[in-house]
Amino acid sequence: MAAETSLDPLSGLDNLELAPQPGRDFLRRGTSGKALGAVWPKLLAIALALGVWELVYLSGYKSAIIFPGPATVLANLWGQMQHALLWQAIGTTLQRAVVGFGLALIIGSVVGALVSRIKPLRAAVGSLITGLQTMPSIAWFPFAIIFFGLNTSAILFVIVLGAAPSIANGLIAGVDYTPPLLLRAGKTMGLRGLALYRHLILPASLPTFVAGLKQGWAFAWRSLMAGELLVIIAGTSSIGVLLSTDQQQADMPSAMAIMIVILVLGIAVDALFGTIDRAIRRRRGLEESAAGS
Amino acid sequence: MSVTQRGVGPPQAPGPAPGSAPSSDVSRSSASTRGAGTAAVRLAEVSKVYGKGRSSLLALDKVSLAVQPGEFVCLIGASGCGKSTMLSLVAGLDTATAGEVSTGGKRVTLMFQEPALFPWLTASRNVELALRTRGVPKQERRARATELLQAVHLGGFGGKRPHELSGGMRQRVALARALAQDADVLLMDEPFGALDAMTRDLLHEELERICGERELTVLFVTHNVREAARLGDRVVVLSSRPGRVIEEISVDVKRPRRMDSPDITELGAHMTDRLREEMASHGR
Repeated sequence: MAAETSLDPLSGLDNLELAPQPGRDFLRRGTSGKALGAVWPKLLAIALALGVWELVYLSGYKSAIIFPGPATVLANLWGQMQHALLWQAIGTTLQRAVVGFGLALIIGSVVGALVSRIKPLRAAVGSLITGLQTMPSIAWFPFAIIFFGLNTSAILFVIVLGAAPSIANGLIAGVDYTPPLLLRAGKTMGLRGLALYRHLILPASLPTFVAGLKQGWAFAWRSLMAGELLVIIAGTSSIGVLLSTDQQQADMPSAMAIMIVILVLGIAVDALFGTIDRAIRRRRGLEESAAGS
Repeated sequence: MSVTQRGVGPPQAPGPAPGSAPSSDVSRSSASTRGAGTAAVRLAEVSKVYGKGRSSLLALDKVSLAVQPGEFVCLIGASGCGKSTMLSLVAGLDTATAGEVSTGGKRVTLMFQEPALFPWLTASRNVELALRTRGVPKQERRARATELLQAVHLGGFGGKRPHELSGGMRQRVALARALAQDADVLLMDEPFGALDAMTRDLLHEELERICGERELTVLFVTHNVREAARLGDRVVVLSSRPGRVIEEISVDVKRPRRMDSPDITELGAHMTDRLREEMASHGR
């Protein structure tokens, strides 16, 4: 890389220090190996869960109608996947999830930005935001249903209340923990006001913000499921509606099949945030700490 | 070697070329009274108090210092001598309680012990950001950043992120970023304190070369006496709690210098003795 300075001890030292080291080499090789290494424990866990389920089923503790085995439930799921109804329901539910989470993202970010910037506002509502986070979102439904009626707005309202505090808190924490040294460096470079936010504080707070998004998603998904079970809107099918119908008809195989769908969707979106989180960490050389968590 | 107790060195360019050894001895007057108009950095009777009332702490007590353009001045002192406070005051990150700090309208930049690079940007982008805040047009930034990285012998590493570089290389990117601010005065707060001795020696040569080429004025804080003797045209020894100037030493050792040369070692020993005396006065 530095042909013109090949006699320079400094370049020599650079090359020595950047030569592959055992630790770094291991990390780099890990990308494909790690993916494989991460998959098999998960498969094993799924197999184990199915095995325990099957054993409880075989023990005859409850009748097969009340507690069907994995084979029946998976067959039922496969059957439902052949019909448009399930996909329509998933479509409706995911659409609500995207809209609700999107609103929570906007509101949470705006509130977070204002609270982190304006001191009196923080004193006033800082602890309120954390308080909101601890409030079970299902407790908002009576209020939401009376206020909005039995419609999508009620569900979206509760999703936002569930997710926005986590998102706001993520941003506030990210801004708070901007390394003071980087702030000093930014100020000596002449970064002020909006430029300071754009080039330093926001990028610095990104990992914490993404962690907030991930947590916000978990709250949003829970709120959405609770909402769809409580707010049944005539003529629409959603995952909640399917589950609620199964309950009324005491159709356990179908209910359990829908629960698997809910679990898989939740995990898939969570994995998406996990991927973003890891990509950010890798770019910043924080990979090792990510591998530990 | 000559350790003369005169006030100040000439505005000598600390050139790296063997022939450009600084200075014949010309008689000069004291730093605090001389060259007030031409100094690149001037502190006049500067005091700094942290906190209020009984819990207040006097960090600097009537410190006067003038650094001439192109001069390399090292500040040395034990803990609590207010070295870092002085740099913050000169950098404008903090204001003096009393006295006057002036940089004569010169642009000042500050480097820390840690490189403090932005980890989400590549080496080149880190430098480009500094160019951007200075108002360099977008289309020129990449080329200017590459030039600056070449100046610190990191031409091929612009696309690397900080975590992919070694400690010494990061500190050089930080130097390139400081140079990008096109400052006349470079303030350095123990910039090589976290590096191994081998890397540090090489960076001394690098810094000496760059400062010579660009005629930078440097105020360099360190707690390593030999580093101070190695680099400085002049070394200012500070007392602790409160910080006062207790001695100014002109380093009339030819460049290029080596940290392990007898001249530098002897000068370092003298400073160590002076600092020990100072520390002893705080004991019982």
